[in-house]
Amino acid sequence: MFRILQITIFMLLSSVVFAQSAQNVSRDQIRGLDEQIQDVKKDVIGLTSELDQLEEKLLFPSNTQVSFFVSLADASAFNLESVEVKLDNKVVAHHLYTFREIEALQKGGVQKIFTGNLQAGSHPLQVSFIGKSESGSERRANASYQVDKAVGPKFVEIKIAGAESAINFKDW
Amino acid sequence: MRFRQVSALFGAAPSSLRVLAAVLGLLPGALMATAPAEHTLPSEHNLKDLFYGEAMFQAYQHNYFDAIVELDTELEQYHHLDEPERDPFTAHLGQAEFGVGDLELSYRMHREAGRAIEAVLKGDVPQPVRNEAAYRLAKIQYHKQQPRNALHALEMIHGRVPERVRPQEQFLRAQVYMELGRFAEAVAILDDLKGDKSLDGFVEYNLGIALLKSGEEERGVVELTALGKRSSSDAAQQALYDKTNLLLGYYLMDAGQLELARPYFDRVHLEGPFSNRALLGAGWVEARAGRYDRALVPWKMLQARQGTNEAVQEAMLAVPYAYGKLDVHSTAAINYGRALDAFGREIDTLNSSIKSIREGKFLEALRRKEADQVQNWVVALRQLPGAPETHYLLDLMASNDYQEFLRNYHDLNDLYERNESWLDSLKSYENLIDLRRAYYEPLLPDLDHKFRQLDARIKVRIEQRDKFAARIDQMLVSRRPEYLAKAEEQRALLSLKQMHAQLTPASSDSTRQRIARLAGVLNWRLATEYDQRLTDAYKHLQELNKEIEALQAVYQSYVRSRQAATQSYVGYNETIHRLRAQLQNTQGRLKTLMARQGNMLETLAVNELDRRRAQLESYQIKARFALADSYDRANELQEQREDQRKIEKHKASEGEPLPQDNPPELEAPDSQEGGEQ
Repeated sequence: MFRILQITIFMLLSSVVFAQSAQNVSRDQIRGLDEQIQDVKKDVIGLTSELDQLEEKLLFPSNTQVSFFVSLADASAFNLESVEVKLDNKVVAHHLYTFREIEALQKGGVQKIFTGNLQAGSHPLQVSFIGKSESGSERRANASYQVDKAVGPKFVEIKIAGAESAINFKDW
Repeated sequence: MRFRQVSALFGAAPSSLRVLAAVLGLLPGALMATAPAEHTLPSEHNLKDLFYGEAMFQAYQHNYFDAIVELDTELEQYHHLDEPERDPFTAHLGQAEFGVGDLELSYRMHREAGRAIEAVLKGDVPQPVRNEAAYRLAKIQYHKQQPRNALHALEMIHGRVPERVRPQEQFLRAQVYMELGRFAEAVAILDDLKGDKSLDGFVEYNLGIALLKSGEEERGVVELTALGKRSSSDAAQQALYDKTNLLLGYYLMDAGQLELARPYFDRVHLEGPFSNRALLGAGWVEARAGRYDRALVPWKMLQARQGTNEAVQEAMLAVPYAYGKLDVHSTAAINYGRALDAFGREIDTLNSSIKSIREGKFLEALRRKEADQVQNWVVALRQLPGAPETHYLLDLMASNDYQEFLRNYHDLNDLYERNESWLDSLKSYENLIDLRRAYYEPLLPDLDHKFRQLDARIKVRIEQRDKFAARIDQMLVSRRPEYLAKAEEQRALLSLKQMHAQLTPASSDSTRQRIARLAGVLNWRLATEYDQRLTDAYKHLQELNKEIEALQAVYQSYVRSRQAATQSYVGYNETIHRLRAQLQNTQGRLKTLMARQGNMLETLAVNELDRRRAQLESYQIKARFALADSYDRANELQEQREDQRKIEKHKASEGEPLPQDNPPELEAPDSQEGGEQ
């Protein structure tokens, strides 16, 4: 009986070894594929950059372009929940923030919240936000600004100071 | 003899050794704990350029593709500026150039990242920047499993490395030395690095391994023991401590130090990723020491866990084996029976999983939107109907190569979808352009006509202005009152001139005097009012200038509007056609690469499932034989017990006094015998 078991075990072990050898995908195969993937990524990055520029030229020409950017005034643990932007008394952007977005803002990232077209002249801009302070208390504020649009593109930074429940604007 | 046979049947010892080998790391890459990637993109609160901030917003969210595209575009535009040093982006240039390299590395574009960093190394940059670049290049080489090249890059570092990457650079150097088998040098570096907060735990782990490998086993065990005794609420940190304890437990068990090994297994947290292997190890330590009753405690706990786990499946055989050793063969037989049932079910699951993968459901699930939104999607996708049982693939998925394949597959799918969306957008753009052309083209002739009229008006005004300006300039040099005469005065002057010309010798003196007096009055007025009139004329010239400026503003506005109108639909077709062709070509390449990468993922997954199925089938056979053996032994034992019982009964019956007299029925009556005769 023990002899039969030994033969069975030997056969089983052989089959396992075979299965393991079949598992190996060659390193050259992996490297070759990886390099081709890197090439295609590079090409798509270049292509996307060109397409982005085409889109901007076509949809938001520089003479009418206006963009609003949201940033946090400091790296405090203020959790921004939502921001609403009204331009010419119309809501043009309303954004609810994900955890990753909040983290990115806290690290100093700047979110482009709206890009559109605007005729030259003065336009009222109203911004409101809701968020939570580190202690969990709700913070909210709203503020107004006048966007003076000239011939060139216009960029306005909306800087949110959560701790002070304040909003500051900066023309770029 | 029996012990050896059963051990071989269960494959217990080889399995333990396999785990030990994996943990101790026969493969150098597997033996080291890699520290979490440092945040090479520093937080940015002193922003000088909005678009750099926007790229960072994407980068901080790990949206590497978007971040690279934005930074690349910014850098390209910056380098094409006439005076780039005046652009606010200059303040972030260095960070941006390094940032692109880092992002490319995170986006698994090692070659591009390497090129970008090599460009920095070749450039005229200060030594600290060069050192940081060399460190980053070394990191890429190390990541590509080229430790010699990584060391070569590290050797380019001279002098001080920037403080924020110094510990990482030293840690990388130690890892490279370990990969190259230069453990003593790694130990020296890691000894110095002890206490660094950013690498807490990882330094100690690698130091312990380096010491074990360099022959300083005693010190290595001490280092690892100290690390393993730590506790953390952070799951990743705790996993490192558990891994350390598991490694030491198996290391000591393999060295035959069974009494020392057990506490290490006990220290591993029961909820952690290493708990199953720790429970298995704890059981084997006891079993090897012959304490099968104590081995049953961790094994029975393990037996009740997730049935797809390799350690759990091994425990399903180990439990009845221990019962067998304790001569409780009936319980052993029951447990073997349960194990056989479980293995049968799992083999069915594996078969359907392999079928599901071959039908493409695995890749289909990987391509779903949830893949980006649900954490550990590759594990969670098992819940989809018809999807493979991914619990069997956890170990495979945890490997670096498989992770890279999975991410690459995701990236390719993401790029494919982005390009599809661009192709749709291009269609919309063409429609938009057609609409704009249809709207503007009929309007333009009329507008152009009005524009020509305006142009003519402007030209007239400009001529007038130029004439007046020239006269005023002249008058500033030489006095010319007649230039400032009003229309009626000019007419009067002309009439007087004509009258004067018509005078004849016969004309009276009073007429001559009258004409002269009138001319005198006019000249007097022009002469006395000259300064005022010159000032007024200058003011009028200013007003004319303003009028011309207003006309020119209208003109410029018209030019811009016309330009904007034409630019909104002219000159795009060629670009769109070219981009569409490029996109379509790229889509073809992406499809091919996705198919190849997908095939590799499927092949590896199927191979892994095949391996597990083969293992379960071997377990099944072992269990069947062991079950039969248990029955035999149980029967044998039962027979022995029965025999024993009979003997005891017999012995018990021997104690009674034997009957001395025959029972009456056996007594032969003498009279009857005689009578018959």
